[in-house]
Amino acid sequence: MSESKAVVMQGAAAEPTYLKIEGLWKAFGDFLALKDISLEIAQGEFICFLGPSGCGKTTLLRAVAGLDPQTRGTIWQGGRDISELPASQRDYGIVFQSYALFPNLTVERNIAFGLENTRRPRAEIAARVRELLDLVGLPDQARKYPAQLSGGQQQRIALARAIAINPGLLLLDEPLSALDAKVRVHLRHEIKELQRKLGVTTIMVTHDQEEALSMADRIVVMNHGVIEQIGTPTEIYRQPATLFVADFIGETNRVATTYSDGAVTIGDAVLQTHAVGLANGAPVTMAVRPEDVLPHASADGAAPRPNHLDVRIEAMEFLGSYWRTHLTSPALGDTPLFANFSMNAVRRFGLSAGASLTVELPAERVLVFPRGGEDG
Amino acid sequence: MADATVLPEGRNVRLRIDSDGWIKRAFMGVIALYLVVALALPLYAMLSKSFVTYSFDLTRYEFQVSDESGAVWGDPVTAAELNDRLGEFAPDDLRSSSDGRLSVTDLFPDFSFRSPVMYRIRGTTDNAPYLVGLDLQNSTDWRELDSNTFRRVNLRPVADTGLQNYQEYFSNPALFSSIENSLYIASISTVLTVLFAFGFAYAINRSCMPLKGAFRLIAMMPILVPSLLPGIALIYMFGNQGFLKPLLFGQSIYGPLGIVIGSVFFTFPHALIIISTALSISDQRQYEAAESLRASKWRTFWTVTIPGARYGLISAAFVTFTLVITDFGLPKVIGGQYNVLAIDIYKQVIGQQNFEMGAVVSVVLLIPAIVAFVIDRQVQKKQVSLLSARSVPYEPKPNRRFDMAMLAWCTIMGIFIAGIIAVCQFAALINYWPYDLSFSLRNYDFNKMDGGGWGAYWNSLELAALTAVIGTAIIFVGAYMVEKIDGFKTGRAAFQFLAMLPMAIPGMVLGLAYIFFFNNPANPLNAIYGTMAILVVSTVTHFYTVGHLTALTALKQIDAEFEPVATSLRQPFWRLFARVTVPVCLPAILDISIYMFVNAMTTVSAVVFLYSTHTALASVAVLNMDDAGDIAPAAAMGMMIFYTNATARVLHAFASRSILRRTQAWRVR
Ligand SMILES: Nc1ncnc2c1ncn2[C@@H]1O[C@H](COP(=O)(O)OP(=O)(O)OP(=O)(O)O)[C@@H](O)[C@H]1O
Ligand SMILES: [Mg+2]
Repeated sequence: MSESKAVVMQGAAAEPTYLKIEGLWKAFGDFLALKDISLEIAQGEFICFLGPSGCGKTTLLRAVAGLDPQTRGTIWQGGRDISELPASQRDYGIVFQSYALFPNLTVERNIAFGLENTRRPRAEIAARVRELLDLVGLPDQARKYPAQLSGGQQQRIALARAIAINPGLLLLDEPLSALDAKVRVHLRHEIKELQRKLGVTTIMVTHDQEEALSMADRIVVMNHGVIEQIGTPTEIYRQPATLFVADFIGETNRVATTYSDGAVTIGDAVLQTHAVGLANGAPVTMAVRPEDVLPHASADGAAPRPNHLDVRIEAMEFLGSYWRTHLTSPALGDTPLFANFSMNAVRRFGLSAGASLTVELPAERVLVFPRGGEDG
Repeated sequence: MADATVLPEGRNVRLRIDSDGWIKRAFMGVIALYLVVALALPLYAMLSKSFVTYSFDLTRYEFQVSDESGAVWGDPVTAAELNDRLGEFAPDDLRSSSDGRLSVTDLFPDFSFRSPVMYRIRGTTDNAPYLVGLDLQNSTDWRELDSNTFRRVNLRPVADTGLQNYQEYFSNPALFSSIENSLYIASISTVLTVLFAFGFAYAINRSCMPLKGAFRLIAMMPILVPSLLPGIALIYMFGNQGFLKPLLFGQSIYGPLGIVIGSVFFTFPHALIIISTALSISDQRQYEAAESLRASKWRTFWTVTIPGARYGLISAAFVTFTLVITDFGLPKVIGGQYNVLAIDIYKQVIGQQNFEMGAVVSVVLLIPAIVAFVIDRQVQKKQVSLLSARSVPYEPKPNRRFDMAMLAWCTIMGIFIAGIIAVCQFAALINYWPYDLSFSLRNYDFNKMDGGGWGAYWNSLELAALTAVIGTAIIFVGAYMVEKIDGFKTGRAAFQFLAMLPMAIPGMVLGLAYIFFFNNPANPLNAIYGTMAILVVSTVTHFYTVGHLTALTALKQIDAEFEPVATSLRQPFWRLFARVTVPVCLPAILDISIYMFVNAMTTVSAVVFLYSTHTALASVAVLNMDDAGDIAPAAAMGMMIFYTNATARVLHAFASRSILRRTQAWRVR
């Protein structure tokens, strides 16, 4: 399975591979934190490692950084085998969740820390520090100490310090998780912008799916130490490779059922799907996202159409930009179905609690995953 | 799919070690080597010494005696056969020490040094040493001697290993009773000190009494003086010519009474710090809960306060117990005929030159010290986990009656502590107690007394300064390496063990171990014996652990990610160390150095075996002047130590404050 995942996406294929990880394992005693990880990252790509807490994201990042070596496997960076190189001989800048700014050094001393000691003239270092401060948008904070800055400002200083030495690779371990929501959204764009401007290959660890979806060129979804899927944000969202991915990113309605002839049966309803490669009678889990449940005017008495269900609205909850709607259907038995209806649709169809309507689960949006042995 | 996977066969990936890694290992190795040489090897030497016995083995020697003509020889006969025949030496007489001698003529009742009879002697084994005059012989060849020379033949004992020393120790009622005495005074002092210190700590943490700062300051004073100083004060107050003697109603201050009072004095601040910490971390919310349940004050005290402080109380008890049982100065000064273990070591070594028996007593003294140490470590671990829990600090509310009672208690303790110091000061400044009470600085004229004079004071100052500087550097660098090295788990664990060990080793034991190890001509380090260097080494080692723990605590509070960041910026570790780690840890570094300084000024127990005429020390001078009957000068020298330590503390406080002020900008949150 990992073979097929290691393929670089078409969009980035033009760029050469910069970082390549092959057959990487990490054991803590008997516990396997990473299992057979293989992955290629193109020059200039922005990659997110995404997954629930404890899935091994940080462990993978630390292996790449040479802070905590893998137990098995190889890592190449820029064509060089770095698997056994100590951290000091690798080429990366790193930003930790804590920022790890040196508290007793001013902002400019912090940024200059990696520049001093390199036989560069003082004036040149000072100019570079100023340039970096401009780049992260904090030109007038040079003389302050880290403790005198806000969390978001500290974060940007840590970033400036990391990129000061022009590293080939930028590693970010949950850089935004210590910030409050507003600042976080703002900084997402800034970091992304900066990365694009510098063209530095970047790996960011996060457990926030929104962050990953909005920033990454490609996302590596991890769970229990394995890669579940690698793909662009839209691929991951639209074509989740596993039920775990479908569940972890966005929401799904899930029903356990069996597969036959390109369709799944739920109660009385037959739902066509685009799933391929499954044996007839295979146990599967059908999943459909709430926003893929499309409302239609109720067509009482009409012949049932494929992928259409007659439902009743049990409850509705207004969530700002849409209505979250709890539906039941005799065809589904006890299984509830959740749908997100736009304000428009609610107005157009006059939806309210207790109303009946027909909903469509479009065949291309009905996701089918084999059951058994699969997580979740 | 994930569950079935197993790690593929193969070699574990190991990162190559970079130059930083090697440098850190080298530093750690050097400091570990220091601890091995300054601690592990001497202890080993002492331990093995305690199993060595010396005795005369009469079966190893053979004699022949000629007739009056000196030409016709009788049959060879062993010394053992001769002794069996005569019954001259009982088996006990044959036991000896390393430099024992046995005159052979005692085995020949007819011996006369003028007679023409000739004698022959030889060994029957390879190791049969005997002296002819001052010549050491060790041969299986016959040696022929005239009677006048034979008179000067002495057998030498041979060494053996075994438990005899221990058997002898435990069958000697006088020595054995010291164990009882030590346990007795240590137990009583512990109970009293913990009770008193708890009351004091309770007043400081839980009441709204005034003058808390002053009381805290007074309570810390005993740390600044040698443990034997209260002994001197007690002699002035309750000794044979003491001005408060009637208060004892005929009891003698010399003995357990004096030791216990003095022990309470010098252990009080140690217990207070521990208990105060335990009380200060208690949670306000528990008290609010108790109040809401309408629990009485008394009930709250027993169900909330005591359980909350129990680790502190246990820890304080063990620390106090260890301090008392290993203390040597106080029983020496005021113990009279009352023997305790620490005194026995001193007497065996200094008085009787019986090093082997000194080693045995040391091993016996090690046992309670190590037990207390192990229990204390366990308790400390639990206390730390309490500390890290998030709690709301207790805010006492004013309660006039309670506050007054607490104030009264602290005043009593304050008078006791300050009084002891004041009596010493008073004794130092008057001309001749009790006959001439006029003011005089005569007692400070140390050069007129035995004990080392002013030179001893300057030596102490030099020792304290060197210990503070060198010790702090070694300790901090060692702690940094052990905390910040990547990998190398076994090495780090071994280092950690070595660094914790000194806490379990009483000073007397360390000092004696140093004699065995360094005063051995075969040891290349023998050269430092009798110099300032060995005093510095022993003092640094003796107080290593507390400094190490302080450094570790400070280092653990630093973000663990500094090192990876600096590495990713391709900076060597020492640059981070110099520019960030040391500045951030400066308060802790200052704390370590003042701790080393003060202890080096006051310590007696380790150095009492190690000083030489050139390196006499102030604290030892107090002891020796007291021994020689110069009690007032002893008090004056003790006060010199007090002034010095008080000054050092004030300077330390200023330095700490100015550092804090300078670094305020980057410490604000
Ligand atoms: N030094 C260690 N020793 C033993 N187990 C470890 C160690 N470090 C990590 N682990 C385990 O490895 C697994 C992966 O940890 P990792 O820190 O990589 O998770 P993560 O995906 O970064 O999670 P989070 O989002 O919480 O940061 C966890 O189960 C963790 O308990
Ligand atoms: Mg993590």
